[in-house]
Amino acid sequence: MKFLPASDADREAMLRAIGVARVDDLFASIPAEVRGEPELPPPQSEIEIRRLFGELSARSANARSSAFFLGAGLYNHYVSAIADQMLYRAEWLTAYTPYQPEVSQGTLQSIFEFQTHVCLLTGLDVANASLYEGASALAEALLMAGRLCRGRRRAVLSAGIHPEYRETVRTYFANLDLEIAEVPLAADGGTDARALEAAVDERTFAVALQSPNFYGRVEDWKTASRAATARGALSIAVVAEAASLALLAPPGQAGIDIACGEAQSLGVPMQNGGPLLGFLACRTAHQRQIPGRLVGETRDAEGRRAFCLTLSTREQHIRREKATSNICTNQGLMALASNIHLSLLGRRGLREIATQSHAKAEYLKGRIATLPGYRIPYPGPTFNEFVVEAPAEAQPLLLRLARRGVLAGVPLSRYEAGSPNRFLVAVTELNTREEMDRLVAELGAAA
Amino acid sequence: MSAEIEEKASAAASAADRRRPEPRHEPLVFERSGRGKVGYSLPPLDVPETLAIPPELTRSDIEGETEITEVEVARHFTRLSRLNFSIDQGLYPLGSCTMKHNPRTNEEVARLPGFAAAHPLAPEELTQGTLELAWRLERILIELTGLDRVTLQPSAGAQGELAGILMIRAALAKTGDPRRIVLIPDSAHGTNPASAHFAGYEVKELKSNARGTLDLDVLQAAMTEKVAALMLTVPNTLGVFEDRITEIARIVHAKGGYLYGDGANFNSFVGLARPGRMGIDVMHMNLHKTFSTPHGGGGPGSGPVAVTRALAPFLPRPTVERRSDGTFALDHDRPESIGRLRTFLGNFGMFVRALAYIAAYGNRIGDVARGAVLNANYIRAGLAGLYHLKYDAPTLHEVVFSDKRQAQRDVHAMDIGKRLMDYGFHPPTVYFPLIVPGALMIEPTETEGKAGLDAFVEAMRAIARESEEEPDVVRTAPHTTPVRRVDEVAAARNLVLRWRPSDAAAPRGAP
Repeated sequence: MKFLPASDADREAMLRAIGVARVDDLFASIPAEVRGEPELPPPQSEIEIRRLFGELSARSANARSSAFFLGAGLYNHYVSAIADQMLYRAEWLTAYTPYQPEVSQGTLQSIFEFQTHVCLLTGLDVANASLYEGASALAEALLMAGRLCRGRRRAVLSAGIHPEYRETVRTYFANLDLEIAEVPLAADGGTDARALEAAVDERTFAVALQSPNFYGRVEDWKTASRAATARGALSIAVVAEAASLALLAPPGQAGIDIACGEAQSLGVPMQNGGPLLGFLACRTAHQRQIPGRLVGETRDAEGRRAFCLTLSTREQHIRREKATSNICTNQGLMALASNIHLSLLGRRGLREIATQSHAKAEYLKGRIATLPGYRIPYPGPTFNEFVVEAPAEAQPLLLRLARRGVLAGVPLSRYEAGSPNRFLVAVTELNTREEMDRLVAELGAAA
Repeated sequence: MSAEIEEKASAAASAADRRRPEPRHEPLVFERSGRGKVGYSLPPLDVPETLAIPPELTRSDIEGETEITEVEVARHFTRLSRLNFSIDQGLYPLGSCTMKHNPRTNEEVARLPGFAAAHPLAPEELTQGTLELAWRLERILIELTGLDRVTLQPSAGAQGELAGILMIRAALAKTGDPRRIVLIPDSAHGTNPASAHFAGYEVKELKSNARGTLDLDVLQAAMTEKVAALMLTVPNTLGVFEDRITEIARIVHAKGGYLYGDGANFNSFVGLARPGRMGIDVMHMNLHKTFSTPHGGGGPGSGPVAVTRALAPFLPRPTVERRSDGTFALDHDRPESIGRLRTFLGNFGMFVRALAYIAAYGNRIGDVARGAVLNANYIRAGLAGLYHLKYDAPTLHEVVFSDKRQAQRDVHAMDIGKRLMDYGFHPPTVYFPLIVPGALMIEPTETEGKAGLDAFVEAMRAIARESEEEPDVVRTAPHTTPVRRVDEVAAARNLVLRWRPSDAAAPRGAP
């Protein structure tokens, strides 16, 4: 077996050194009645594995085989070749959590840089080393806010937050004696500022708002920060399309206390929905309640700059059931990919990606709006994603287009009853005008 | 430290196969930034320029973000990488983390467009390949665990634990009482009590017996009808298999509780024994441990959970199902489900790698456990007598020594770990499990050959000798790494968690 370096002679010598006759003697503590060997096919060679996975891959529509407009929390953005190829380096790929800083300065410094990028993008003071993905990042952010507002038990969530995020929060909250109030959206697809304010009371510890919201609408962070501040609660900004952070006003400047969400758009391929890249940033005053790993700058014994994991007394391996989170392994490699991507694109490139995505989405939205039978139901400002109302049921329509090589959007019927004709369309810098014109033509023909 | 000690330390280290990373310092990427530099290129905009967002909701700049060329980025991240130790450089015996070789075939196939560029919300009819892949992995994990159903959704082991405990809670709640307590041995990983806490349970710690295993009398006394579950790591964090596991299961089940198996150490018996036969009701696995998906400097992980038929209704939504016509579909309509733990289907990219890894072993997967256990016992035999072994029960895939002998010369587990760096090895896990003071938890995995193990044993022996003869060399280690001993106390006392644009004027960097 090519992954097992011991030769037969090695094994014999090792058994002699241990003082047993056979390897199986080392398993004497496992009772016979629980043993059993699995029925699996014989070992496959690299050639056979390539063949098998090539075949499975070929039976999966994707952004390279289709004109692609799917989003809903997972976006097809540009990733530079170097951001992926760097991940192949064994020093990145095959290291683990940098518990031992003297032999992990690469990983530690990269996380420190990632933390900095997140702070610059969100306008907040402190960011952690990453969380699993957006939905659990929101759950963690809410739990953090709950700890910071002891005694309060109510979280107010805009219904514009991604439905899978809200469902995840319900799972996390199910047994914690915490209450969730969801504030329905106004008729224009945006959060109703007055309704949000009215939902916040003295028992409320957090007010969470997503922008762009699940329906693509750009929201005003101040809606959340005002509603929260008035009652002494914390405001949480949720970002599911992180490319927008380069164009939209940063949460930190709008009085937001915690920003969290999904940074997949910033250098991580879609990978059928995972691994992704959750992030969480907050104000300095709240940093001791932040969940997950944190890297800090310090000095080594000779006074040189060095980095290490810090504030680990918040974490499960020290605090056990009193920890700020149960998270251990997070998204190290994705945070590295994102650091490389963010560094390459930088101050101008990130804005160019955002402005291109926005301009292209506006072009497509305008063209679809003129198609007979189609309607853009929510008139407000969007970033790169918007809702389309078709003249017929969306799901079969989208399937017909998908069979013709156009993945045109995500039907809202997946998430809610009552809007069977509506679907979400996402546009990024990777979509060409030609592709968008083709989508318009296909939609027109299908109506 | 005296020049003489420094010289000795360095000489001892150069005798071993150690790395000489160059350079030893790299400025922050923000400090390499220069006004007007560009590291990307995009096609010209092919539609009219538009900004249809009110100006008060936009920003005009990302102050402090980088301006840097691709060449500089390539060098920066290559240089940084060389400051890391990794599996491909040598033995990485971080106990409980299962740092085994990561096959590159798996990296390659995970990047096929049907996986890397796929979106889980595309119509099912056109995503049969990805659904079948997930279904196949589930079937194999069912076969390996001897349990009835698997969810692949949890993002890592700790989220798998949370999912498992939430399922137990849902099943108990259905009978009218979710109960209050989860029992956890004192040797457990910190994630166990943290996960039980976030599922709304009170944690009661069980004291281990003189063998380091669960004391059945202690369990019997603690196991009341208020207890929802016992969370048990199998084998435990000492590497000792609970040989009375079926009795343990009977005690827990007799009071209507569930046995949660923490599968962090599945590598020690995968393919040789089945948790389902042990009486385990729920078990999470770490694809990044047993099934070799890369650890990536701290993730991504993936924490599938296997359950008995009785717990299957409570699995996270959605599940992957095979229809009678052989096609695959997602089932969202699961009214008793605990709900979602995250977006989409889980860390799909890790499913691809794990399935490829398992395919390479096929029905020989038990050789993984055989190799891992042989290697750990070889190290144990090689170091017995030199390092103290608090619990001397037979161990499987890892062995936990302590610094008890060396501590008499004021040399501690951390020092021994740091000194190993000078000999070209990553340190073992130190100070865990908590039931062994000064623990040195060594897990070599099956992908280490005899030569590598011999070199490690030799280094550990040399360090034992140094601890007697010249303890200062060990106490002040490491001597040959890119940075010397890092001041973690200062980091926590004076928190610097980011670079700020104002730092650009006065960089804090090294000379």
